[in-house]
Amino acid sequence: MTDKNLLSLLTGEVVEECKPLTLVELCQICDSSVEQITEIVEEGIVDPQGADSDSWLFHGVSVGRIRFVLRMERDLGVNTAGSALVIELLEELAFVRTQLGEK
Amino acid sequence: MEYKDYYKIMGVERDATQDQIKRAYRKLARKYHPDISKASDAEERFKEVGEAYAVLKDPEKRTAYDQLGQNWKGGEDFRPPPNWDQGFEYSGGDAEQFSDFFESVFGGTSSRGYEGQAQREFHMRGEDSHAKIVIDLEDAYKGASRTITLKKTVLGADGRPYLKEHKLNVRIPKGIRQGQHIRLAGQGGVGMGKGEAGDLYLKIEFRSHALYRVEGGDVYLDLPVAPWEAALGAKVKVPTPAGVIEMTVPENSSAGRKLRLKGRGIPGKEAGDFYVVIQIALPPADSDAAKAAYHEMEKVLAFNPRAHLEG
Repeated sequence: MTDKNLLSLLTGEVVEECKPLTLVELCQICDSSVEQITEIVEEGIVDPQGADSDSWLFHGVSVGRIRFVLRMERDLGVNTAGSALVIELLEELAFVRTQLGEK
Repeated sequence: MEYKDYYKIMGVERDATQDQIKRAYRKLARKYHPDISKASDAEERFKEVGEAYAVLKDPEKRTAYDQLGQNWKGGEDFRPPPNWDQGFEYSGGDAEQFSDFFESVFGGTSSRGYEGQAQREFHMRGEDSHAKIVIDLEDAYKGASRTITLKKTVLGADGRPYLKEHKLNVRIPKGIRQGQHIRLAGQGGVGMGKGEAGDLYLKIEFRSHALYRVEGGDVYLDLPVAPWEAALGAKVKVPTPAGVIEMTVPENSSAGRKLRLKGRGIPGKEAGDFYVVIQIALPPADSDAAKAAYHEMEKVLAFNPRAHLEG
């Protein structure tokens, strides 16, 4: 197993570009509950298509955002509204850093 | 094995109150959280602080840790005294992976919660696992393959889980972007009973590049040009991650002007653009001839760069 030549090449799919995810699929991928995701939607952190939660369809980028919110809650005790603010500030910071040519 | 000085890691005195320890932890956790901190060792520090807190916040574990004595120094070779931990019982399962030092003092953390499940039929899907993979911008342009080594929890013959190193050869698809995730079905944690394995998610990070900045699918390059190239226009060779191309600097380009090469950013269904940002480089006036040339420009051009500052 340690020889590189013996390893087969694994091909995955890019989550952000895959087909839209249902609420159930998203719960499974993010290891979260329907209630948690509903709260995150209500805070405007992810924006599913569809009128009600039964027909919600989520873009792949939702996975990263939801997992971020869950980590903030678990590791730092930040609530959902706080996470929404952190996400906006980090995105702004990343943008400013790019403009400055930093990494 | 190295002794870990949990008090030092937390930056508190040995007689700190539980409240002081909690406050110190909160501060350090925010400082080193890998989602927030840009420091390269953030993840390591965050784990270390988490481990220290797991011990010091729990009066039982803290007392046991203090029993080891105060004479150890962080990093010193450590061997627990025989039978030192008799009479302590630890409860609660911390799912994180802690250091060898922690494991030797407080026992394995990962094996809890599985006991007794062998007797009855039990099926559960394995957990999804997550890891990070650092690639070069060029890999996103061309696609690549990477071998990664992961530590994976597997079930041993005795039914107990243990950590095993696990190598995977993964295809990096062309067009992948910073922060995106590759999902490898069935490569996560093993399922229990007849439960299927979880999935493995690999988060993509770009190594910082000496020349290019990346913003989503767009790629930026600062291009130095001579004053006469900016003024008169020029054909210049420009490096891109896909190879050198030739492009035209339009005449009368000012510093900071952005030239867009459509679709030359990171490829994909919606390919990003490549932006060349003009930087005007001044030739040094380090010889009489060079100085004369600048004087000549001053005379001929009658140029006032601060005209708009004057009332």
